[in-house]
Amino acid sequence: MFITVTQSLFFGFLATLKLFSLTLVCALPLGLFICFGSMSRLAVIRLPIRLLIWIIRGTPLLLQLLIIYYGPGIMGHNVWGSEDTGRFLAALIAFVINYACYFSEIYRGGIQSIPIGQYEAGKVLGMTNGQIFRRIILLQLIKRIVPPISNEVITLVKDTSLARVIAVYEIIWNGQSFIKSAGIVWPLFFTGVFYLVFSGLLTLLFRQIEQRLSYFR
Amino acid sequence: MALLEVRRLEKYFTVPKPVGSLDLRPRQIQVLRDINFDLEKGEAISVIGSSGSGKTTLLRCLNFLETPTAGTISVNGETLFDAAKWKSVSEEQVRQKRLHFGMVFQSFNLFPQFTALENVTLAPLLAAKEGRNKASEAEIRQRGEQLLEQMGLSDRMENYPHQLSGGQQQRVAIARALALEPDILCFDEPTSALDPELTGEVLRVIRELAVKNTTMIIVTHEMAFARDVADRVIFMDGGVIVEQGDAREVINHPREERTKHFLAGYSKQS
Repeated sequence: MFITVTQSLFFGFLATLKLFSLTLVCALPLGLFICFGSMSRLAVIRLPIRLLIWIIRGTPLLLQLLIIYYGPGIMGHNVWGSEDTGRFLAALIAFVINYACYFSEIYRGGIQSIPIGQYEAGKVLGMTNGQIFRRIILLQLIKRIVPPISNEVITLVKDTSLARVIAVYEIIWNGQSFIKSAGIVWPLFFTGVFYLVFSGLLTLLFRQIEQRLSYFR
Repeated sequence: MALLEVRRLEKYFTVPKPVGSLDLRPRQIQVLRDINFDLEKGEAISVIGSSGSGKTTLLRCLNFLETPTAGTISVNGETLFDAAKWKSVSEEQVRQKRLHFGMVFQSFNLFPQFTALENVTLAPLLAAKEGRNKASEAEIRQRGEQLLEQMGLSDRMENYPHQLSGGQQQRVAIARALALEPDILCFDEPTSALDPELTGEVLRVIRELAVKNTTMIIVTHEMAFARDVADRVIFMDGGVIVEQGDAREVINHPREERTKHFLAGYSKQS
């Protein structure tokens, strides 16, 4: 039994990992664009982006998942189909938008915390804006945002479990299914071990990164 | 013709209206008014005056960190800035114009992720990459080491800014500004952020630069330093140049009432 459960949970965890990693790959860069948008001098860009960030951060991710999955169907366009892949895609999109908004605010905080003198020093040395960003600002920015980003990333590991409300078969779904099929509860609790091990690894990874960047202040 | 000629320079800042104000016109305050002065090659000018008198803004205008509202700035007879034609000047052109001036900030503004030497060589290396600088990487490095030695920092080249004292950081910043060989080196209160016991080492290197006839504009609160190092002194108050002339003359025997008042306040303090 233990082996069957472990196997089932393992496959569920692969789905969790897939959702987790694809969300990060898309949301980390998308967040940067949203960040630039939210800092734009043009109100036509800035205000809609700020509105989006407010809506996304102001409502539960669970609700966003349901709206993105069921919303199109209610309006008469079943864009997600009836396959597993469609549900997974809907979940992925909800996660990407949600996390990109949170990341964008972390980036914005990071950019605004870099002293203006760093930009000015670059300017008086005849550097272009691009050179200033790439050579001077970027590394300082990364150093500042690693701790809050790691926080979000670890939250994301656990948030992926929300995807099961639209029947994405991730690890908790698989664990829970044993209650019905075999009448046992412990597989559900056992899922916690997977989460713990994975977030533990992430914690170590982020500590490494922070360590690497600790040579300057 | 002087190396630097500043004519009728004016600067207004737009400030936020007070909350609840019914006046819809943007509020503008004038921070520089009719600034005229010349700077000869090899000459050092000190700019003195109380806080808020426009000294720093003047330096920031020369480095195009602020855009003057009116007036002209010429270097070597070439008009770098003319308020009337400034709108058509591209960002790229501004970048080139800046290179006539070097800037040493009050708060050093060293790049924390680079060593002292890397701070000094970064801009010349980038210039070499763009073809603006013909020197090889090895030559630029050598020149950087030479400048840091000149600043008395031979044993600090591989240190990061946070491992250096304020005085050492400021000397790295001076070397960094010198590395691009600007026509005119500007100092914005270079010792104001330093502990009193560290100001001496920075003033000493600036003094050495003056002896070597480096063209400089030094905004400072160190009156004795201004008097001894600078050839000329400009006293500013309320955005205008109240008095300018020979450094010893202005500081020892000021003619204007406002200058006398300001200098009297200083001797009382120290």
